[in-house]
Amino acid sequence: MRPVYMISGGITKFSKANPRQSFRLMVKESFDYALRDVPKLRREMIDGSVVSYFSDHFTRQLMAGIMATDFLGLCPRPNKRIEGGGATGGLCFQAAWEAVASGRMDVCVAYGFETMSHVNTWKGNEFIALASDTNFDYPVGGFYSGYYAMMVVRHMYEFGTTVEQLAMVSVKNHKNALHNVWAQKHLDLTIEDVRNSPMVAYPLTMLDICTMSDGAACCILASEKVAEKVCPHPVKITGIGTGTDAMRMSDRPHGEVLLLKHEDPSWYKNLKYPGVHSFRAGRNAARLAYEHAGIQNPIEDLDFIELHDAYTSSEIQTYEDLGLCRYGEGGKFIETGASALDGKLPVNPSGGLIACGHPVGATGLMQAVFAFWQLQGSIAKHNNGDGKIQVKPKKKSRPMRGLIHSHAGTGTYVTVSIMERTSK
Amino acid sequence: MADKKPVRTSSTKLGTKPEWDKLRLPETDQGTVVFNTDPLILKNHYEIDYLHSYAEDSPFFVGLSQGKLLGSECTKCHYRYATPRAYCMECGKKTRWIELPLEGKVHTWTTCYFGSEAFLKETPFNLVLVEFAGVNTLFLARLIGAKQEEMRVSMKVRAQFRRNSKFDPTDVYFVPSEPVTPREGAA
Repeated sequence: MRPVYMISGGITKFSKANPRQSFRLMVKESFDYALRDVPKLRREMIDGSVVSYFSDHFTRQLMAGIMATDFLGLCPRPNKRIEGGGATGGLCFQAAWEAVASGRMDVCVAYGFETMSHVNTWKGNEFIALASDTNFDYPVGGFYSGYYAMMVVRHMYEFGTTVEQLAMVSVKNHKNALHNVWAQKHLDLTIEDVRNSPMVAYPLTMLDICTMSDGAACCILASEKVAEKVCPHPVKITGIGTGTDAMRMSDRPHGEVLLLKHEDPSWYKNLKYPGVHSFRAGRNAARLAYEHAGIQNPIEDLDFIELHDAYTSSEIQTYEDLGLCRYGEGGKFIETGASALDGKLPVNPSGGLIACGHPVGATGLMQAVFAFWQLQGSIAKHNNGDGKIQVKPKKKSRPMRGLIHSHAGTGTYVTVSIMERTSK
Repeated sequence: MADKKPVRTSSTKLGTKPEWDKLRLPETDQGTVVFNTDPLILKNHYEIDYLHSYAEDSPFFVGLSQGKLLGSECTKCHYRYATPRAYCMECGKKTRWIELPLEGKVHTWTTCYFGSEAFLKETPFNLVLVEFAGVNTLFLARLIGAKQEEMRVSMKVRAQFRRNSKFDPTDVYFVPSEPVTPREGAA
């Protein structure tokens, strides 16, 4: 397979409701932003595209993908829709990678969107819960916050994770977003603020949970030949990993940990895995991506991570799946400040989903855009001159490296992609 | 068409309409609910009835109406599922129906104070994943009879069944089968 580069990206500012723009216009805005950032790329050089959106219910328009594609003027070139719940954007990014890596395309555009404001919040929660088993799970009280609450209650029971540690994730990510003009929410919070906000599903409060959003994002991926020609600072995609798990949480096995290279089986002698406290799909995605990118120990070999923090609890669970700490130590990992902007490995310097918003089909691509800007060193340029959240490379001995992580369902589809700064 | 004769229109007498103006859609009093005109935002209703089949899982739902909780056991590797499935996830072989014990333990739980629109009026409610001795996977259900501050992992619970079945998974629910007490450190 050929090397693949990201050469540009664009996003719309995510908002609770954007009734002035249809999904097509939002996609167009993010696409035009990306095109402006790489002026040497001519539209006729684009070989095709992939499009992602999660829910036909929110859109109430089947085949909305082709409507975005014709709006961008990319017909009759190839296009297809990619969908996989919350990981829709991450899967779309990887589909564009596949198109270029396989040699089918030299330039492939990945764009995604969601328009979640078209129904009220509680109807929106219903639509999202339809992405759980509609025979066995949804009718019992289908509510994703409830599912995640059950997972973290077990995490707390197994490992002693505390509600204050969950709240620390919300505080950290919201603080980072104070310096991200693209973020939907700009909140300076304390642990008490998070704990005192209305309880949604014990122990998760409103400030432990991301909100719904309207928005779009776009990434342009290219072969080495094109990247060298049109982009002064392309970012290389060096690792692609994907994992899956059973739709129903109740079906998850209670077996042995899927180990990463740096892990020792003796760490987990008494742990039943993944149970409902861990995401085997996330672990498998990380394992494959690390193998692909040649990562031995992620805490040393990565400079930053943008991960799917739809819930504060899932950020803590994901630290463990990604091998940043041992299983069970995710709570301590946030507490020690390791994932803070100035920590050993900044996690969600953008503010994550909790602060930036989560227009599902756009989210995984938004993470790629933020990671792209981080690796280019161009955060300030795209952020009204504010470079506070720009992460500096940790080591000179290797290229600066970022990880993006996109996550669906109760951990059903998870993608991990590794991106690297090029030496030029 | 050269031989076509000019169409004779109706009288052009004052007060009579030409033919083209007689073609009108019937008017109704069904209006549109408009929330905003800039941009134009209106109410758009959508509903549908499905002919939903439980297909190979049908015996489970019929079982609930008979006070039985049915799970699956793999005929080859004997992996036991608390939520039924027709084929084994571990080895791919066919499963057989097994009757689960009606006593179990709470593997994990939550209390929902908000919910999807369909369940909002039922809040607050408890969700539990139940574990059964000798069964490899869990079962999702509601639990009544304990408040949030009384809920805990490992609580012993017992299945109860609706008398008037709805033929959905809420036909079974769980209740504590041991005395409930406030959880240590519960707010």
